[in-house]
Amino acid sequence: MMAIVDYGAGNLVSVKKALDWLGQESAITADPGQVAGATRIILPGVGHFASTASLGRSGLQNAIADALRRAVPFLGICLGMQWMFEGSEESPETPGLGILKGECEKFPERVKSPHVGWNSVEVDSCSRLFRGVPSASFVYFTHSYRVPVSEETVACCEYGGRFSAAVERDSMFGVQFHPEKSGEIGLKVLANFCSF
Amino acid sequence: MLTKRIIACLDVDGGRVVKGVQFSGLRDAGDPAELAKVHSESGADEIVMLDISAAHERRKTLLDTVRRAARQLFIPFTVGGGIRTVDDAAEVFAAGADKISINSAALAEPGLITQIAQRFGSQAVVVAIDAKRCGNRSWEAFTHGGRVGTGRDAVEWALEAERRGAGEILLTSMDRDGTGAGFDCELTRAVADAVRIPVIASGGAGGAAHFAEVFRHGHADAALAASIFHYGFSKLADLKRELGAQGVPLRWPC
Repeated sequence: MMAIVDYGAGNLVSVKKALDWLGQESAITADPGQVAGATRIILPGVGHFASTASLGRSGLQNAIADALRRAVPFLGICLGMQWMFEGSEESPETPGLGILKGECEKFPERVKSPHVGWNSVEVDSCSRLFRGVPSASFVYFTHSYRVPVSEETVACCEYGGRFSAAVERDSMFGVQFHPEKSGEIGLKVLANFCSF
Repeated sequence: MLTKRIIACLDVDGGRVVKGVQFSGLRDAGDPAELAKVHSESGADEIVMLDISAAHERRKTLLDTVRRAARQLFIPFTVGGGIRTVDDAAEVFAAGADKISINSAALAEPGLITQIAQRFGSQAVVVAIDAKRCGNRSWEAFTHGGRVGTGRDAVEWALEAERRGAGEILLTSMDRDGTGAGFDCELTRAVADAVRIPVIASGGAGGAAHFAEVFRHGHADAALAASIFHYGFSKLADLKRELGAQGVPLRWPC
């Protein structure tokens, strides 16, 4: 069973709906036991970085960290991807999982923030998550903080400078955009994740 | 490059799509769930569904419509009309909406913006402003489908909505709504230049030139239209093709 982790950060229905459409069985859960036993884990989330603090308190963080050690496929979406890093300028007192190096940063003043809408992404042709997705495809973003480009970056986006639209390493994946809201392209990315 | 969004709006009354001319003279235009899917496949970047009846007994019909539409929509989906409390909003989100749009209730109780934003995130809160020109470069915010004046300056209200946690402003020119005479670029620009959050221009779309104009001169981040898409005046895909040829950055092909 694929677990969609519920930690009180926003609306998870749309992620579930997209997986239903793809014929993938999944369950929205806040139970660390169920997350620990999942065959795949999706960590969605919108809103403030501070809301990820509840992952630590509830035992969900331990369940996820343990699953990652066992190479259970993991996908962080938006805030869920940001949480994979060490922290965020948005809430310096809240540590991230820190499994990837780097800190989330604000957009520069010269562009409107949040970054909302459809933007194109430059895709690394070796990416497993983007298999079959052409570079310059459009995906839907809505966020005020971003992850800098690093060696795990497999898709880049340009808005007030380049940032990571997606990262991957081993069985871990993260997307800053919303695949569940990015039309056919987004569904393709989710379907790829479900095939690992 | 971040693209300009073309948003298809479905005004719904009792489970059917209708579209008025300046908030009156409604005509029936079809099943909302079906139309939402057609627009999505035709290249709409987003769907907005506004329940213009919003009478209490019709809430169940609306939620059912939202549920049916959401099942097959994988682009952002906003629902508005009659949302007065955080619980009303929660029901609409649970039915499958990604964002809610609030207007009258936010003007009556601005704290509602913050409450919904705290629970669902600012990205999920669209504050809709119906503005009517009341002088040179000044516009008043109206409520209740444009029937009740508030005495509040539309630009000042947009700034307050942003401060309270709104993620986007859906700005409708009541003077232009349903006329097909073009968006009110002056109004759109006044609001878009004042706030940092995205502004969706609405009211008056009649052709491709109007969209190009409101993006270039109105500084809109997105533009919304209903009637031109419903009665075959213009296909959304044709509109995008034409705007693309004029150099407007768009999600195309999609």
